[in-house]
Amino acid sequence: MTHLPRRTFLKRTLASAVLVSAGSSLFAPGWALAAEWPKAAFGAKKIDEAVQALFGSSQMSPSASIKLKAPAQAENSAQVQVQVTAEMPNVEAIAVFVEKNPSPLVAHASFSGAEGYFSARMKMAETSDVYAVVKSGGKLYMAKQNIKVTAGGCGG
Amino acid sequence: MADKQTKIRTKTQGNDTDVLVLVSHPMESGLRPDPKDKDKKVPAHFIEKMIFALNGKEVANADLGPAVSTDPLVGIKLKGAKAGDKLKVTWSDNKGESGSGEATIG
Repeated sequence: MTHLPRRTFLKRTLASAVLVSAGSSLFAPGWALAAEWPKAAFGAKKIDEAVQALFGSSQMSPSASIKLKAPAQAENSAQVQVQVTAEMPNVEAIAVFVEKNPSPLVAHASFSGAEGYFSARMKMAETSDVYAVVKSGGKLYMAKQNIKVTAGGCGG
Repeated sequence: MADKQTKIRTKTQGNDTDVLVLVSHPMESGLRPDPKDKDKKVPAHFIEKMIFALNGKEVANADLGPAVSTDPLVGIKLKGAKAGDKLKVTWSDNKGESGSGEATIG
């Protein structure tokens, strides 16, 4: 009875020690569990809260090195293509937010070898600013664009 | 469950490889009213994680939310991938379903 819990305990302590030592220099404490799906960030109702929950900070500076490619007007609000290219070095992560969606965070990609690029198709509730947030060298940068959603699909 | 196909397309030009992944998945947000019963919502069912591995080593890892479109089409870029390299994409959703697809860089 006694050695099983002790074994699990040892395993967990060791595992977390490894995680903490690997993560401490690069990431904020919350990032030791980076492999988990960030539930709080996806559940946040405001964009600032979502950025805070995801990256541990909501201090962002606008950057011209982020290329956000999206239509100015979306004919189908359920399929809006966005492409984010981060041209700065050492891109750690890219996240996409739609400010006026019920939950602004759309997707978040972190990189460990791939280039600083992410594209996806997303749903939009209504006309809104779309934010691309890039984490590079421990700092947050962002670019935004307004996408107009036309309800009737007649371009009006 | 239903067959949720994972299709991967890669295109290499010089040193750069474009990767596009298409999964046939409902990506139900949990906010849409049930067409049969207006008082209920269709339960959420969406992909949460998508992991990209090149020759067995993780190169990118995406967290998707319910705002990603039905049949998500996700793109990333790789640098320096060689012909013959194996790319594997694995996804899992909030109901515990998962799937994967493999492609050879050509």
